[in-house]
Amino acid sequence: MRLSRAARVTLGALTALILVIVYVPLFVVLVNSFSTSTSLSWPPPGFTLEWWRRAFSSAGALEAVLTSVQVASIATLVSLVLGTLISLALQRFSFFGRDAVSLLVILPIALPGIITGIALNNFFRTIMGVPLSIWTVVIAHATFCIVTVFNNVIARLRRVGTNLEDASADLGAGVWTTFRLVTFPQLRSALLAGGLLAFALSFDEIIVTTFTAGSGVTTLPIFILNNMFRPNQAPIVAVIAVVLVLVSIIPIAIAQRLSGSEQQRR
Amino acid sequence: MTTTDAPAPAPGRTPVPAPRDTLARRGSVYLSSHPRARLALLLSAPLFWLGLVYIFALAALLITAFWSVDSFTGQISTEFTLDNIITVVTGSLYQTVTLRTLGVALAVTVIDVALALPIAFFMAKVASPRLQRALVVAVLTPLWASYLVKAYAWRSVLSQDGILEWLISPLGLHTPGYGLPATIITLSYLWLPYVILPIYAGLERVPDSLLEASGDLGGSTWQTMRLVVLPMAMPAIIAGTIFSFSLSLGDYITVNIVGGASQMLGNLVYTNVGAANNLPLASAIALIPIVIISGYLFLVRRTGALDNL
Repeated sequence: MRLSRAARVTLGALTALILVIVYVPLFVVLVNSFSTSTSLSWPPPGFTLEWWRRAFSSAGALEAVLTSVQVASIATLVSLVLGTLISLALQRFSFFGRDAVSLLVILPIALPGIITGIALNNFFRTIMGVPLSIWTVVIAHATFCIVTVFNNVIARLRRVGTNLEDASADLGAGVWTTFRLVTFPQLRSALLAGGLLAFALSFDEIIVTTFTAGSGVTTLPIFILNNMFRPNQAPIVAVIAVVLVLVSIIPIAIAQRLSGSEQQRR
Repeated sequence: MTTTDAPAPAPGRTPVPAPRDTLARRGSVYLSSHPRARLALLLSAPLFWLGLVYIFALAALLITAFWSVDSFTGQISTEFTLDNIITVVTGSLYQTVTLRTLGVALAVTVIDVALALPIAFFMAKVASPRLQRALVVAVLTPLWASYLVKAYAWRSVLSQDGILEWLISPLGLHTPGYGLPATIITLSYLWLPYVILPIYAGLERVPDSLLEASGDLGGSTWQTMRLVVLPMAMPAIIAGTIFSFSLSLGDYITVNIVGGASQMLGNLVYTNVGAANNLPLASAIALIPIVIISGYLFLVRRTGALDNL
């Protein structure tokens, strides 16, 4: 579109300004992780590496990371399977109740987290009589992770069409063989992108987690929440935050490389 | 594809051997000629999961709202009563908190759409492909930083001796401190990427040729925006508002961190489940956001927004 130069510059400046504002809080956390002050005061009175040393030797923090990785991995696996099945069903078939099923997939993220949280808490404790544990967290997380896998896979299925699958069937391949050798390879990068998002969603979830975690289960967000307001722990939380942002660059880079290589292929 | 027991390929054309008649083969043949069976197989596991875990749990929540807690024993009595619903609908506390929560959710949504539109438009239609990819990363990176950490960061930014006060006090301005404005700022910040991404994806799908056609036909930039871009991007914008609205409606942790003494619906639900151990009352309160968001989803269902989530 022939936008006037003034309009382009204004839009660019607005974009830059919004991004600066977006990064200021993250920058503050980074600086706070080195500050000698425990009370978040600005500018920091002095700098120290003490918090970084303490964070990396904190058994509680490391254990929480491990718990979160376990929960997120299992929830991601379950949502990959269920999300793929449901996107195949909705994309390749038209049937009565199709809209209801697609609403059913969206509902766990369209309804506020506290609804999912209290509904599952009530379901496990009062209705089923199951004690809350790490498994109740996994079940809850898998339920709202299905949608990210579903979104990625169904978008890919729409784009690749059914020609190759039809050809495979015409050549005598069975249903399973066609899926294994034709459909699955076409879906691989969409599954990876959806899986990464599901993992991130689970890793960071706090509201549903507080309602479904057993008393001994401390995921990383629960650990952060428990320690955020303890004066001597707050800077450790800042260190954890910085590490999280740094580590998250890896999955973002992977996802970008995937979408980049895809654009070249198109 | 080779199999170990296949005859060595003869020169010229070889007939393809017929597949062996195994049970798996028969099942496969049955499935390929019966699409209904294929569909049933695909749907059974996800529907079992979502139906049992989610729909059943939601239905149970609805029923629990009509139960009560015995004030002496603390046990849940499963006798039908409208008391909780009546308390929630008529109680002035619940009305105030509902209005406050709605107000915060609406403000957050308006702010996020206002911020997301220019940045998403710049990303989709102005930036070079290289810059576009860099901007997607820049918008996504904060999304991966923990929710709690970002809320905590705003607590630090907004505190009396935080960076905001340090920056603007020379201008004679002061930080809003902790309270509802801080809640709105923090929530807008938290959900901004969730609003930018669907709008960006929606704007990317608007063909450039349409914008050029509008320009060729004499449409000004503003007219093109209003009459071509906005209507086509509307489903994506509404999809973004579903995120910011719903996520704000249910939040209670950010309010705890930067909200000062103010409460939202989520806080009431949380205290009634945890401290008060009154699950039926908590369920009744939880029905408020369910009703609001269901109404919103019902209103926007025809716009195609739900396919843009």
